Amino acid sequence: MRISLNWLNDYVDVKDENAVEVAEKITKAGVNVEGIKGTNIKNLVIGYVENRTDHPNSDHLNVCTVNIGTEVLQIVCGASNADKGQKVIVAKVGAILPGDFEIKKATIRGVESVGMICALYELGLEDKEANYDKGIHVLPADAEVGGDPLAYLGLDDIIYELDLNPNRNDCLCHLGFAYETAAVLGKTVTLPETKTTPSKENIKDVFGVEVETDNCTMFKTRIVKDVVIGESPAFIKNRLTSAGMRSINNVVDISNYIMLEYGQPLHFYDKDKVGDKIVVRMATDGEKTVTLDGKERKLIADDVLITNGNDTLGIAGVMGGASSEVDSNTKNILIESAMFNPYNIRYTSIRLDLRSEASLRFEKGLNYEYTEEALERACYLLEKYASGTVMEGHVSYDVVDKTPKTASVSRDKINAVLGMVLKHEDIMASFKKLDFKVIEEDNVYNVVIPNRRMDVSIREDLIEEVGRLYGYDKIVQKLPIAPMKQGGYNPKTSFCKQISNRMRSLGLNEVRTYSLISKEESNLFKYNKNEELLLQLPLSVDKSVFRQSIIPSLLKVVDYNLARNAKDINIYEISNVYYKKNEDYIEDTKLSFAMFGNYINNNWQNRNIKIDFYVVKGIVENLLDYLGLNGRYTVQKGTNIPNEMHPGISAEVIVDNEFIGYFGTVHPSINKLPIFVGEFSTNRLFSHNTGGLKYKETSKFPSITKDIAFIFKKDVEAKDIIKVIRKKGGKILQDVDVFDVYIGDKIDDDSKSIALSLTFMDTNKTLTDDEVNALLNNIISEVETKLKGVLRNK
Amino acid sequence: MEKEEKIKKLRLSFDSVLNEITDLKELNDLKITYLGKKSEITELSKSLGSFDEAERKEMGASLNELRNYINDSIDSLRVKMELDVINSKLESDAIDVTLPSTNITIGSAHPLERTIEDIEQLFISMGYDIVEGPEVEQDLYNFEMLNLPKGHPARDAQDSFYITEEMLLRSQTSPVQVRTMLANDKKEPIRILCPGKTFRRDSDDATHSHQFTQIEGLVVDKNISLADLKGTFDVLAKHLFGKSRETRFRPSFYPFTEPSVELDTSCFNCGGKGCNICKGTGWITIGGAGVVHPNVLKMSGYDPELYTGFAFGMGVERIAMLKYGITDIRTFYNNDLRSIVQFDKKGGE
Repeated sequence: MRISLNWLNDYVDVKDENAVEVAEKITKAGVNVEGIKGTNIKNLVIGYVENRTDHPNSDHLNVCTVNIGTEVLQIVCGASNADKGQKVIVAKVGAILPGDFEIKKATIRGVESVGMICALYELGLEDKEANYDKGIHVLPADAEVGGDPLAYLGLDDIIYELDLNPNRNDCLCHLGFAYETAAVLGKTVTLPETKTTPSKENIKDVFGVEVETDNCTMFKTRIVKDVVIGESPAFIKNRLTSAGMRSINNVVDISNYIMLEYGQPLHFYDKDKVGDKIVVRMATDGEKTVTLDGKERKLIADDVLITNGNDTLGIAGVMGGASSEVDSNTKNILIESAMFNPYNIRYTSIRLDLRSEASLRFEKGLNYEYTEEALERACYLLEKYASGTVMEGHVSYDVVDKTPKTASVSRDKINAVLGMVLKHEDIMASFKKLDFKVIEEDNVYNVVIPNRRMDVSIREDLIEEVGRLYGYDKIVQKLPIAPMKQGGYNPKTSFCKQISNRMRSLGLNEVRTYSLISKEESNLFKYNKNEELLLQLPLSVDKSVFRQSIIPSLLKVVDYNLARNAKDINIYEISNVYYKKNEDYIEDTKLSFAMFGNYINNNWQNRNIKIDFYVVKGIVENLLDYLGLNGRYTVQKGTNIPNEMHPGISAEVIVDNEFIGYFGTVHPSINKLPIFVGEFSTNRLFSHNTGGLKYKETSKFPSITKDIAFIFKKDVEAKDIIKVIRKKGGKILQDVDVFDVYIGDKIDDDSKSIALSLTFMDTNKTLTDDEVNALLNNIISEVETKLKGVLRNK
Repeated sequence: MEKEEKIKKLRLSFDSVLNEITDLKELNDLKITYLGKKSEITELSKSLGSFDEAERKEMGASLNELRNYINDSIDSLRVKMELDVINSKLESDAIDVTLPSTNITIGSAHPLERTIEDIEQLFISMGYDIVEGPEVEQDLYNFEMLNLPKGHPARDAQDSFYITEEMLLRSQTSPVQVRTMLANDKKEPIRILCPGKTFRRDSDDATHSHQFTQIEGLVVDKNISLADLKGTFDVLAKHLFGKSRETRFRPSFYPFTEPSVELDTSCFNCGGKGCNICKGTGWITIGGAGVVHPNVLKMSGYDPELYTGFAFGMGVERIAMLKYGITDIRTFYNNDLRSIVQFDKKGGE
């Protein structure tokens, strides 16, 4: 909403106030003045063109001699309409025009030029595109040479740009904002003039209104006859321009002027095209009508229509029809000032994509007092500025509940909520500023709320009104007084944060990607066949599904960074995913990672550690061990791994017989690069969460290490070899480590050699070599029988 | 005196051989040669028994002296030679310490996570519990129970992603407040902080993101006032932006609070004089807040005559952008590692 201070000054005296300070005060009290725009350009003066000659060195430039009262300037001007005897707007040297364009003394093609003769668009007062051809602005002959041209034009205005909170629709008009200004400055409001001199003819004799729907609560009409359509007076034109509206003609301008004055959208009909009555009714489903813009609109039963009993004249609150439009031949005007159900206007205007300044005001709700006053004001302006004759009386339908709105609040409650210590006088002063009627009884304030303040209805609203006018800066701040208690995370959040910290310790960087992905991406790395969540109305196809896997997003991050020459990428994300199972929405928190390149870099010593399956496995196992799952998990080839993974270089992780997640290389058809990814359900991990840490005494006795090597068939997995050895080794076998794997010429093609290092230790005594050798022999024969391993050496 | 001569000669020959010694092995051999079981000195010592007492004493002393001399000489040469070995090893060990290191890095927290945890820790220290809620939420909790019935114009400000008529991606973290109040069977006082992802139908640009992060706080108790909110906000602003920050309330509107305020802090960049960060106003808006609307309390089962509360909410992206000087909100979601690794650094607090 844009407020013209010249206009505002009609209702509340602000002409001697500092506009910037007033804006600050109003903002602090709750109506945000977001911007202040002035058209007070310095160094503009009215000049008289005493002489004009052609520029000696140009076929389109003029050299003008301009008298500006104090001196006579020579100005080179390019406008074709510049001529001798004109009163013009002169920007003197030093003037700064919009766009930071400073006027300087110049020599143009060899002729000195001191200043500039201006077009209105050059002063930011008109649209450049539309008015470029008009050339310089020529002022009427009565303009006084040496005077201020903006003041002369009534354009020396200051505009407040309001960033209104959605509840303050009372400030969507100058009069409403005047009340707010008056409250903040402690001034009073003067209401606009509405008194007319009606003719003897009474509207009731010639016109009727019928309302057939509850969705219209007030429909008031008056008729103004014999209007003369013409140009609006300058003040109306200027004020509409200030507010960002175009001037069309005096009649149309008056309806817009009143909307900006009272916030009440009016509709003017050509009375002669309407007939002798108006019927307001609901549309029927499928009904069609042509609106003012020439488009055919398909209606539904929730649309409110204005008709003359036969023909549709317009869609209420949204757009009129062409058949009853005011045109240059219109003589008699029927004014409609009405209230409709805001919800109907809102839905109709949204559905037809016809939201306008008018529909916006209807849908926010109107003040019935202004609906009445605006009608009178329209008659007044049409009488005064369109030479109309107002017909006696009005024809109205009115079922508005006019019971005064009241609320009560006690002084104690005000102070309890604001945390202030306001005295009776302070509270009364706030209500007085607001122009709210109050009766105080035993420290309880019974308030009659003016209809213009639709946002105020309950006790808490009154508290806010008192507080904001008294000033929140007077609050003495403190912290809540409450019994002491420990704050903290819930166990699941805590668990995820522990995982996150460990992933960072392991060298992975945390990323955050969008939860919404494309349909194509959502088909990849799917955890299972659950129903996915699709948006009804996505912003774009690439963000239309709530993801079930984070991996597609991480692969995009990998690509993004590779494209920026990143060499090594180690990233992870912990994020919620959702899917639908039967009728339930299921949430799971996934831990996902992607790794590519080197894990550790040391180029010049040729000691890089490249990320491969076993580095990634190390990271996964480190995490699982950290979570206390040592001995409870298995990493194995699995059936739960999505098809987007390389079938030979991927593994699933099982904890206590439950599938927790998987990791490995992405399938070459997804990405040709060996990118390693993994995804785990933290919900499932959490369900296996372990208790606290417990210290285990270290052994006082020495350990003995024995190395053995076997030849196995290639398909025998290390996991099974270690399992067999461990089982046989029992408690005193502390550790089994693979230290060599050989495949090659020295053994059969279908075989491999695996060398293992076995560490034995007893926590109760020193082991003898004989004991260990006996056990080792048992282990060897077990491996030989169970896995057909052939002992190579011992 | 023949033997005396022999001792003298032995000493001379030892001296000359000692001078020729080049390594520790030769030195050890030398010691065996002169002091070993089969050495001349040992032989001489053995033969002392055949002398008379005076001669034996004299000869014994001379032999001892020679023995000590040889021992000392060998020891001191050994020390010198060992030192030479160490010194030459030190010399050959020397490296170019200016060559690049083996890079040791650990991962960095995402800047949003860092900001969230910073704020979480502050509020945990004041006894707040961190509570989370679902990102796929019911319209009931996201809007209706927050005093935003269907068709309410204020819903316009939060154009949301719907999945069905009743389910949407939450447009704010406020539904967690409702869930927490409803879940509190005994209707006891509440002190919570709710961080989380939120979604609105905004096209992504430098200052808008269809996915963003909010942190919401709620305190419900007897005798909670705007003064408590002001004090709490003041602690937060000073924690985030420095001890000399001032704070102010600006009246505002939210459907779920009444009175409602904007939370402003004096500009950390210019200190309030006005600069391009605060757009010349000297103040920066951090979030919105207010006293919980009685309808919201009532709908969640709290008696507004007994309880009051305050709630505040803020955008984590905005705070991180202000705090770290990030100018484009998409920085958080591009995940350029060159950006992220900058956050593996301790704060200046």
